[in-house]
Amino acid sequence: MAKITFVTQDEQSITVEATSGSIMELAVDNNIPGIDGDCGGVCSCATCHVHVAAQDMAKTGTASEIESDMLELDDNVNEYSRLCCQIDISDDIDGITLKVVG
Amino acid sequence: MTNQPEQSTCVIVGASHAGVNLAFSLRKAGYVGAIALIDADPTLPYHRPPLSKAYLISDDPIERNALKSPESYEKSTISLHLGCRVTHLDAGKQTITFDSASNGTTEVMYYSQLVLATGASPIIPPIPGSQQAVNLFPLRTALDVNNIKQAMRQKAAPKVVIIGGGYIGLETAASLKKLGADVTVLEREERILARVTTPTMSSYFTNLHEQNDVNILCNKNVEGLSLKGNINQLHCDDDTVYEADIIIVGVGVRVNTELAKMANIEIDNGLKVNEFGATATKNIYAIGDCSNHFNPHYGRFIRLESVQNAVDQAKCVAQAICGQPVPYNTIPWFWSDQFDIKLQMVGLSEGFTDVVVRKEHTDKFSLWYFNGSQLLAVDAVNNAKDYVVATKTIKNGLVVDKTTLGDHSTAVQFL
Repeated sequence: MAKITFVTQDEQSITVEATSGSIMELAVDNNIPGIDGDCGGVCSCATCHVHVAAQDMAKTGTASEIESDMLELDDNVNEYSRLCCQIDISDDIDGITLKVVG
Repeated sequence: MTNQPEQSTCVIVGASHAGVNLAFSLRKAGYVGAIALIDADPTLPYHRPPLSKAYLISDDPIERNALKSPESYEKSTISLHLGCRVTHLDAGKQTITFDSASNGTTEVMYYSQLVLATGASPIIPPIPGSQQAVNLFPLRTALDVNNIKQAMRQKAAPKVVIIGGGYIGLETAASLKKLGADVTVLEREERILARVTTPTMSSYFTNLHEQNDVNILCNKNVEGLSLKGNINQLHCDDDTVYEADIIIVGVGVRVNTELAKMANIEIDNGLKVNEFGATATKNIYAIGDCSNHFNPHYGRFIRLESVQNAVDQAKCVAQAICGQPVPYNTIPWFWSDQFDIKLQMVGLSEGFTDVVVRKEHTDKFSLWYFNGSQLLAVDAVNNAKDYVVATKTIKNGLVVDKTTLGDHSTAVQFL
């Protein structure tokens, strides 16, 4: 079981739990605004952009090559950027906080 | 936010990417009336792209691919009528009639706005003998894929023949190959993907499939089907015969126009809508695969079969219904995943005069289609970076330096 906290663009903090699947699926299931996941989680649409809290980067790891490439020209990209369809949920990421970029 | 009275009702026929996104976009845009989403498919609305890919090869239930959770519909007060076929549309009275699958009753519903997101149906060509064929399936719905999965379990390494070498056919070929099938693709044209891409890409995907032991055979027009024992025999017009335990038909789709005809909506390669997604019939809109929309960017009518088009048209029509119309001006984009290859496409290459190739290696390159200095479209294979640069270039009408473009080690330069 992992608890994940999303901080939306209007600074609302929403904590939800899951045991499997991707962060994007969790966000869509819970109607987290700003995370659409239009492509269904295959890193093709870049509609699930989040900034991982600095202290949680060790848990999630950094963006893969294709994620970085998809986000390269995004105005809000930074070193904490991930496409959250590429982050799998497991006990290892329990307690992380993600800021929704949208 | 909205000028809709509370008693208004938006009825959406078709609960796939377009219809579902419309329902949620309406709420986001401030629609306070009732929203009814109706579909003949009884399954909770799901992502379609995985049907020929991840869903086909996994044992996950279809619910893992749901577009939205059941709670999401409840929270947004969107009433779902699944397994219900709409049988009648009265554009004068502004009502639709639908059969409820569960109890056999008929319901009439008034609409303030009606959105047709009725999609398209797979074409099953009337090949003589096809009535006798066993395990012959299209691939459009979750049920189709469940049927294919079930047929795949009947035998180890079954022989699969796929009629039609378009994206659906090729993605399915790659997936079934991963499951251990013996796969042959029979394409009627002289090259696969002939309708949707250029010879260079066709040839790349032919090689990719052949390297993965899929038989790609072109100029193969299937003109007859017969059964020998439990095995299908596909007879081509060049007198060749292919055996198949399973036949998958992927030769394109036909737009579902039955309801539109009842409302006298103009049909020309789909339901004709303006740049705001509206038909010429009062209070009726059309979105997704079934719509042929006027695109101001291209200055012409375009019909697209893609998730991007479904989602973006849904947002556009939601805005129009809520009294904040914004023209649909989007540059189309598509993707296809086959084996370990990700193809990403942006723009429409129709009318190109020359192509520049940026190639890092055999499986990482991009093709840039130009009309003179204007970039029309890019196909990027395992090259998301070029894909995003191309997207920005086309969206903003930038001019790239073609003389350096062919050197993949140099970043794309703009003039």
